[in-house]
Amino acid sequence: MPLVKERIVVPDFRFSPRVDQVGIEERASRFTKRSIKKESKVEGLKLVLSMIDLTTLEGKDTAGKVKQLCYKAKHLLDTYEGLPTVAAVCVYPSMVRIAKKSLGDSAVKIASVATAFPSGQAPSKVKIEDTKFAVSEGADEVDMVISRGKFLAGEYNFVFDEIASIKEACGEARLKVILETGELSTFDKVRRASDIAMYAGADFIKTSTGKVQPAATMPVTLVMLEAIRDYYYRTGKMVGMKPAGGISKSKLALHYLVMLNEVLGEDWMNNHWFRFGASSLANDVLMQLVKEQTGIYQSGDYFPMD
Amino acid sequence: MSKTVEKKSKLSISENGLEKISPKKRLEVLKTYKIYIGGQFPRTESGRYYIATNSKGDQLANVCLSSRKDFRDAVVAARNAFKGWSARAAFNRGQILYRIAELLEGRKAQFLEELIKQDVSKTQAQKEVAVAIDRLIYYAGWCDKYQQIFGTVNPVASSHFNFSVPEPTGVVAAIAPQENALIGLVSTISPIIAGGNTCVILASETKPLCAVSFAEVINSSDVPGGVVNILTGKPSELFSQFASHMDVNAVVYCGNDELIEKEIQQKAAGSVKRVFTYRDVNWLSEKGQSPYYILDLQEIKTTWHPIENIGGAGGGY
Amino acid sequence: MSTGTKKNKKTSSNSNGVPKLKFNSGWEYAPAPESQSHIQLKERYDLFINGKFVKPSSGNYFDTINPATEERIAEIAEANAGDVDKAVSAARNAYERVWKKMPAAERAKYIFRISRMIQERAREFAVIESIDGGKTIRESRDVDVPLAANHFFYYAGWADKLDYAMPGRIPSSLGVAGQIIPWNFPLLMAAWKIAPALATGNTVVLKPAETTPLTALKLAEIIQESGLPEGVVNIVTGFGQTGADIVNHPDVDKIAFTGSTEVGKIIQKAVAGSNKKITLELGGKAANIIFDDAPLDQAVEGVINGIYFNQGHVCCAGSRLFVQESVYNIVLRKLKDRIETLIVGDPLDKNTDIGAINSKTQLDTINRYINIGKKEGADMYQSSCPIPGKGFFCRPTLFTNVAQSNRIAQEEIFGPVLAVQTFRTDEEVIEKANNTPYGLSAGVWTDKGSKIFNLTTKMRAGVVWANTYNKFDPTSPFGGYKESGFGREGGLHGLSGYLKVKTFTSKKGKTLR
Repeated sequence: MPLVKERIVVPDFRFSPRVDQVGIEERASRFTKRSIKKESKVEGLKLVLSMIDLTTLEGKDTAGKVKQLCYKAKHLLDTYEGLPTVAAVCVYPSMVRIAKKSLGDSAVKIASVATAFPSGQAPSKVKIEDTKFAVSEGADEVDMVISRGKFLAGEYNFVFDEIASIKEACGEARLKVILETGELSTFDKVRRASDIAMYAGADFIKTSTGKVQPAATMPVTLVMLEAIRDYYYRTGKMVGMKPAGGISKSKLALHYLVMLNEVLGEDWMNNHWFRFGASSLANDVLMQLVKEQTGIYQSGDYFPMD
Repeated sequence: MSKTVEKKSKLSISENGLEKISPKKRLEVLKTYKIYIGGQFPRTESGRYYIATNSKGDQLANVCLSSRKDFRDAVVAARNAFKGWSARAAFNRGQILYRIAELLEGRKAQFLEELIKQDVSKTQAQKEVAVAIDRLIYYAGWCDKYQQIFGTVNPVASSHFNFSVPEPTGVVAAIAPQENALIGLVSTISPIIAGGNTCVILASETKPLCAVSFAEVINSSDVPGGVVNILTGKPSELFSQFASHMDVNAVVYCGNDELIEKEIQQKAAGSVKRVFTYRDVNWLSEKGQSPYYILDLQEIKTTWHPIENIGGAGGGY
Repeated sequence: MSTGTKKNKKTSSNSNGVPKLKFNSGWEYAPAPESQSHIQLKERYDLFINGKFVKPSSGNYFDTINPATEERIAEIAEANAGDVDKAVSAARNAYERVWKKMPAAERAKYIFRISRMIQERAREFAVIESIDGGKTIRESRDVDVPLAANHFFYYAGWADKLDYAMPGRIPSSLGVAGQIIPWNFPLLMAAWKIAPALATGNTVVLKPAETTPLTALKLAEIIQESGLPEGVVNIVTGFGQTGADIVNHPDVDKIAFTGSTEVGKIIQKAVAGSNKKITLELGGKAANIIFDDAPLDQAVEGVINGIYFNQGHVCCAGSRLFVQESVYNIVLRKLKDRIETLIVGDPLDKNTDIGAINSKTQLDTINRYINIGKKEGADMYQSSCPIPGKGFFCRPTLFTNVAQSNRIAQEEIFGPVLAVQTFRTDEEVIEKANNTPYGLSAGVWTDKGSKIFNLTTKMRAGVVWANTYNKFDPTSPFGGYKESGFGREGGLHGLSGYLKVKTFTSKKGKTLR
C-alpha cells in the first residue's frame, strides 16, 4: 500500500515546475508510434470500455434520454460475450435521481457535474449547494469546475480553498476537478492548476468540460499525468486522471492507454484511477472489437446508438 | 404507321456547312475559363466577360472580366491563407513548388497547345514551357536557403545575442506581364510564395488562357487554397484597386507604363505598401530569376536577447 | 514482446519511502513486426562502378549479417586496390567529360530525382536499414530515411546557386571526392556525403562501412534508375584496407571521413604533403547539462534521446550527464522510471525503442567499458527489461557516482551507457564540460534564456542543443571542434568542403588548389 504522508506540505503555487511545450509535444507524439496489435489490442480495447464515463450534458436532456443512456451503459453489445460495463454515466444534478433508478445496483457509477458547470461563474455558496444536492440525490462522483477567471487573475489561494470546500461537501463521493485546459492555454498553467487541485484534495484531475475547444489532447494529458506522478512521489497519494472531449476513436484511446502505462504504470491501469470522458467512443471501440474477432471491417449501422 | 417521307432541304448543298460535319465524329467539350479564388474556380461575380483573340482575330475563348469585388474576395482568401502558409516549414514549401513543377511537366502538351493558339511559335512555346518548369524548380531550391543568405547574426557591442531574419510581408497583389504570359506568370508567382507570402495575380489581358490552366496545375499540387489567387481581366480597370486596398501589403507591377507605375505608387502610399516595378525584364532569360525577387517581398525582423556572463573569464558573480 | 530472461521486477521504494511505480508489468504489447514481404534484396551484391554492378577483381565476398538474429543477409563484394583504381578512374572520367560541363540546373534535377525516389521507396529503405544495422524500424522509418531524402532535396537546390554561397568568390568544384562513412547511420551518412559533393559539381567514390553496406547499395540502384551519368557516383564495398586505398589514391582531390578519432588521425597523417582537401567528422563525449530551473520531465526525455537513441551509436550522443545538485534526486528518479519503459528487442518490431548493437565487436567494447565503470567505483543501474536470447543486445545503463577522471567519463563508449555527475555552479559545469579532447556537441537544459546563450557561447563544441537534443536538419551545419574533427556538413557551411574558394600562390608564383 502506498504510504500516505501524515503531513503534506503545500507548496507555493507561484513557483510550480516549468513545462517545455516543444518537448511535451514530442514526447506525446512518441506514444502514438506504439503499435498495439492482437491480444494486447483486444485487452486494451476492453480496458478502454471499462474506463468510459458515458456522458450526456446538454440543455435538452430529458428523463428519457438519461434512461436510454443508462441502459446502454449496462448493455454495450449483448451479442459479444465477456464485455465489461462502462465505468460511470455522467449527467447534470437534475438527472441524478433518474439515473440512479435506471442503474439499480449495477456496477456502473453515477457521476454528476456540479459547481455551475460548465462556466463555474457563480458564488461559492451556490457551488457548494449544487454539490450537496448532487450527492444527496445519489451521485457517487462529482465532476467540479475550477474558477478559471480567478486562476488567470493569479488568485491561487482562492482556487485552492474553493476546491477544498467542494471536497468537503462531497462527503463520501469522489471528487474530479475539471481544469478546463482549453481556457488555461499554456502547459505551465495546466501544471500549476493540476498541482493546486491535487494539494486541495482532488481524487481525480480532469482536462475539460467538453464545451470548449481544444478539449483533451495527448500533450495536455501528459502534463497532468506527470503532475500526478510528482505528487505521488512527494506524498504517497494516488490521484486519478480523466481526459474528456475529443476522444472518439479507439486508436486514439489506445494511445492514451499507452501513455498512461508508460508514465504512471500498472497501478493506474484500471477504472478506479483513469477514465475517458466520451460519448461516441464506445461504439467505435465495439466496432474494433468485433473487427478483431471476425477480421472484417464494421459499419455503424450494426451498432445501436445512444 | 405512316411511311416517313424524306423532305429535301430547300438549301443547296453548297450553301450550308453540313457537308463539313461528319455525323459520326466525336464532339469536343469546350473549356470554360473561370477565375481561381480560395482554392475554388468561380465565375466572376460581375458576370462580365471579354473575348480572348489571337493576332488573326480568331476568337479563342470567353474569359471572365474580373471585377473589384472578385479582387476583394481574392484578398480575403489570400489573407486567410497567409497564416498557415507562412507557418509552413520552408522545406515543405520547397517540396510543394517542386510538385507544381512535376505537374506542369506532366501537362506540357496542354500548355504548348494554348501558347500556340495565342500566337507563340512552336519552338518558342517549347522553350517557354521548359523554362517555366525549370524556374519553379529554381525557386523550390531557394525556399530553405534565402534565409541563410539574407539573414544575419549581428555582433552588437552589448552582451546580447542579436539576429535578423527575413519574414514574409503578407498579401501581395501583382499584375503579371502582358507578354510571355506563361513564363511571366510563373516568374511573378514563384518568388512570392517561395518566401511565404500569399498573392492575388492579375493575368495577362491579351493572353489569359495559360493563366487559368496554370491555376488548375496549382490547385492539384498540394498548394493550400488561397495561397495563389488568379484573376483574368483588364489592368486598366483593376490596377488602382490593387494599389489602394488596405489589406494588401505589397504591390508588384510587371509592365512598362510609367503613368500606371506612378499612379500605383501614389495609391499605395495610402497604407505605406511596398511597391515593386519590374520593367523590361527578359523573363525567358536567367535575368528572370533571382533570390532578390524573394527578398523584395520580405521584411527583416531583428531580435535581441541578453547573454549572461556567469562563468566567463574573470567571472565576478 | 521478445523472449528471454525476465529479471526480477523492482518494487522497492525510493528514498521517500514511497513505492516505485510499476512499469514493464501488466499490459504487455504484442509483437508488432514491420512487414518484410515487399522489400527486394539480392543474395549477392557487386561493386557499383561506372554505372554498373561489377564483380570484384579478387573474386572475394564477405557476409553482412543481421545483428539481431546473427543470420547472414547477403554476400558483399570486397574491393581491392585495383577496384578502387577503376572506381577513381570512372569518377575522374565522368568528372572531366560530363559532370564538370553539365549546366548546374541540370545537375540539380538529377539530385532532386534521387531525393524523390528515396521518398517513393522509403519503407523499403527503412526495413533494410534496420535489418542490416540493428537500428529500430521506428527510427529508420521516422528519422534516417526522411532526413536522407531531405538532404538530397536541400543540396539539389544549391547546385545552380553557388554564386550566392561564397561572397566575393566564384567557387568551383574540386574533382573526385573519396568518401568513407560509418555504420551508425548508413543511409543518412551516404546522403550527407554524396548530396553536397554532387551539388557542387564533384564526382564520388564512396565506401560504406563493412557491417552496413546494404542501403548504400540500394541507393546505387536508385542512382542507376535516376539516369545519373555513369561514373558520377561509385560505391566500393570492403574493409578498412579499401578505405585506405581510397585515401592513398593519388587521383582523389578530396577526402571526407566520418568515423572514430583514431582512424581520423591516421587519415589526416596519410594525406599530409598531398594537395588533398580533407574534412573529418570524428568521435565525441558530449556533456548534457541540466540546471535546476530546467523543465525537468522534458530534460529527462532529452537525456534519454541523447544517449539511448540509436542504441547510443551516435557521435554526438549526450554520454555525460551533468545535473545541478539541487535537483539531482528528482532527476535521477525520473531517469530511472523512464529507463524502465524503454523496450529493448527486435529492431523490426515497431514498439522497440532500443535495437541491436551493430556488431559483436561493438558489444564487447561496450561490455568492457561497463566493467571498467564498475571497477572504477561508479554505481551501475540498468533497466530490468528482458532482452532477446540471440543477437547482440545491451540494456540501457547508467552510472552514478562518477568522477571526471573516470575512464567512462573520458572515453567514447559508443553504446547505451550514460555517466552521471553533479555540479553546483555555472563555472564548474562549463569547465568540466569543456575538459575533454573532444568537442562535437553539448546540451543545455534551463528555462532561462540568458543562461542558454551564456552556455552556448562558452561550450567548445560544434553543435549546441538548448532544451532539446539530437536534432538534425539538412539546413543546419554539423561538425566538431578539437579532436571531434573539422569541417561542417549541412547548411550553407556544408558547401565549402567541396569547393575551391581560396586561391593560394606558392613562393614560386604557382597557383595551387
